[in-house]
Amino acid sequence: MKAKVYVTIKQNVLDPQGQAVQGSLHTMGFAEVDKVRIGKYLELELDTNDRAEAEARVKVMCEKLLANTVVEDYRFELEG
Amino acid sequence: MKFAVIVFPGSNCDIDCYKAVEDTIGQEVDYVWHTATDLSAYDAILVPGGFSYGDYLRCGAMASYAPVMNEVVKAAEQGKFILGICNGFQILTEANLLPGALIRNTGLKFRCHQTSLEVVNNGTAFTNQYSQGEIIDIPIAHGEGNYYCDDATLAELKANNQIVFRYAGDTNPNGSVENIAGISNKKGNVVGMMPHPERAVDQILGSEDGKRMFTSILNAWREQHGAAING
Repeated sequence: MKAKVYVTIKQNVLDPQGQAVQGSLHTMGFAEVDKVRIGKYLELELDTNDRAEAEARVKVMCEKLLANTVVEDYRFELEG
Repeated sequence: MKFAVIVFPGSNCDIDCYKAVEDTIGQEVDYVWHTATDLSAYDAILVPGGFSYGDYLRCGAMASYAPVMNEVVKAAEQGKFILGICNGFQILTEANLLPGALIRNTGLKFRCHQTSLEVVNNGTAFTNQYSQGEIIDIPIAHGEGNYYCDDATLAELKANNQIVFRYAGDTNPNGSVENIAGISNKKGNVVGMMPHPERAVDQILGSEDGKRMFTSILNAWREQHGAAING
């Protein structure tokens, strides 16, 4: 089974990288870009077929290591 | 008094911390590898700066799960003195020994220069040799030292007098909430700070204002153990 994990910066936390990328996009003429937020994408190959178990364990992985919930949100999808 | 300097793969201020202990207070000090599982011999633990685990994933994230960190948590519970500097501060927040998080500097630049710090709380084991409100000269060197916490946590930090250092005046180099440069836990025995006192222990380094952090720790330990106070 595969888990696709998305980690994003919380809406109330400043993302200076995103702001810099937005600035570049504006310079390039993409004036319609109102906001850019940069996050992380992780792919985990899991050696299990038990979806419920995988869901519970990936949640713990996210809470404990993959995201810092003080400043980040996470969500994930399971495939296979 | 005996100090441990924890060494992770990618630590690079471990030697500075070790030498600072030797040169400022002449106490025993050991390097302790991140796989160690016993810190019972030590009275104070320094978590040094650097780029543990290459800053992969998030600064300090993987180091906070190194085997030695269970022992650092135990030592914190026992009231031992724990000081995290720069990446060490990031590791202590990731390990939940200190509240909040360190995020990317607002200017996106790696800032490496002297800073003026205000001693906001001189009542800790790490700052008792400074005057309250004293401005000291300590260098920084970080790209992710922007201290962030939510409003409730900030109110708690203030109510419990946990803000130890602030960047003085309008010199905030990284966007930290309320100019915070260093904080303590509630009990006051764990402190984390982005600036590097171990790099400011001799005029030849540009400042010796960091020296008194080390004499403070020794004084606090001697007071606890009823020994003579280091003048």
